[in-house]
Amino acid sequence: MRTILQGSLLPPPPIKLSHSSLLFSPSHSHYSNLKFTTKSSPSPPTITMASIKVHGVPMSTATMRVLAALYEKDLDFELIPVDMRAGAHKQEPFVSLNPFGQIPALQDGDLTLFESRAITEYIADEYSEKGEKLMCPGCNKVKAITKVWLNVEGQQFDPIASKIAFERIFKGMFGMTTDPAAVQELEGKLVRVLDIYEARLSKSEFLACDCFTLADLHHLPVIHYLMGTDSKTLFESRPKVAEWVKKITARPAWAKVVDLQKQ
Amino acid sequence: MAAIKVFGHPASAPTMRVLLTLHEKNLDFEFVHVDLMGGEHKKEAFLARNPFGQVPAFEDGDLKLFESRAITQYIAHRYEGQGTNLLPADSKNIAHYAIMAIGMQVEAHQFEPVAAKLVSEQVFKLKKGLTTDQAVVAEEEAKLAKVLDVYEARLKEFKYLAGDTFTLTDLHHIPTIKYLLGTPTKKLFTERPRVNEWVAEITKRPASQKILQ
Repeated sequence: MRTILQGSLLPPPPIKLSHSSLLFSPSHSHYSNLKFTTKSSPSPPTITMASIKVHGVPMSTATMRVLAALYEKDLDFELIPVDMRAGAHKQEPFVSLNPFGQIPALQDGDLTLFESRAITEYIADEYSEKGEKLMCPGCNKVKAITKVWLNVEGQQFDPIASKIAFERIFKGMFGMTTDPAAVQELEGKLVRVLDIYEARLSKSEFLACDCFTLADLHHLPVIHYLMGTDSKTLFESRPKVAEWVKKITARPAWAKVVDLQKQ
Repeated sequence: MAAIKVFGHPASAPTMRVLLTLHEKNLDFEFVHVDLMGGEHKKEAFLARNPFGQVPAFEDGDLKLFESRAITQYIAHRYEGQGTNLLPADSKNIAHYAIMAIGMQVEAHQFEPVAAKLVSEQVFKLKKGLTTDQAVVAEEEAKLAKVLDVYEARLKEFKYLAGDTFTLTDLHHIPTIKYLLGTPTKKLFTERPRVNEWVAEITKRPASQKILQ
């Protein structure tokens, strides 16, 4: 089950996921973009003006995280689907983009990136003048507080919340059954995190500061899924958290990400 | 009276991450020992510093932080001109920074969750008088091997994980690697030549020597 939990959360393919299929060929430079050598795109050539390509699928939480940042910044991009059911993410050419065999990967011209939270940070920095600001304005100290809450999402919230989403939603898609005991245990942990969020949001309009930042954005995909399940009560029963969830999910950029799922 | 204070425990890997960073930067700081055995980290005074009740917590003047990787990044940026540079050589280059950021996410999401389980099973459980679950060790070692295969390939191209210089990406691994080197899991590192060299490099650094007894 861990194979399914790693990286982006989405329905596993019906074939057995095998870690040993993470192929690596020594002749591939995995993220040798420091040399900025031109890499040929692994996908079939497409005629596109977008210099930004996202390799992923709209159902994947990690892909959604990146798409949200791109929409917030009003950036043109091309979403190149990865055939998860066929295990394309574990094979060439995808593993040349991400040697860990997980979606998404992003290409911006010659630069190839993976790990959704590194990608969003890149988007926020590289395109800082475009669209919405996704980092708190300010000096080192303010940036540091943002990093705290970015780490909180990645280290405290996501490991628990994504497992709940897996239990309640994705297991069902794969013909597996939700484990109610697991859900209960996980929710017991999540409420402790959400109590901390409630206290934080009583002092700050958004998690890192009084503006919407990546620290809030990174939560959107998993919260989106959980709000469609009984776990939503954990969020709704905490007034500040509920207000925050309403605000961040109402953002137009997020609506565009959700729309992609319907296509 | 040092403006920088670290509230932690010397055996805690996240605490060590922060201490390594401070040593690399030659910064003065005060270490405040948190009595984990006595549950101090779950009491009100400490929770005011880190509501998640985990070490370390950190203070620089009136700035209070928690989450070790947020703390190390703050130190690396705030004191960029001092001591070892822990950011990419061209730190204003956004693409270079992004490459380092990938490595930091990989450490946090791919390496550490697996490696920490191995440390828990083989080190901490024994300290508590419990027995190692070898099935868990085998399962987690198989996962770690695959991560280290990716590292091996990466380190064939570059001296360090983010490029040709030592950065936070490498540093963040040191405390957990230190623990694993004292367990049979050590073989996963020694049997991969470039990983083995990299481990030797990063653990022999003076700052590493200071905290790795």
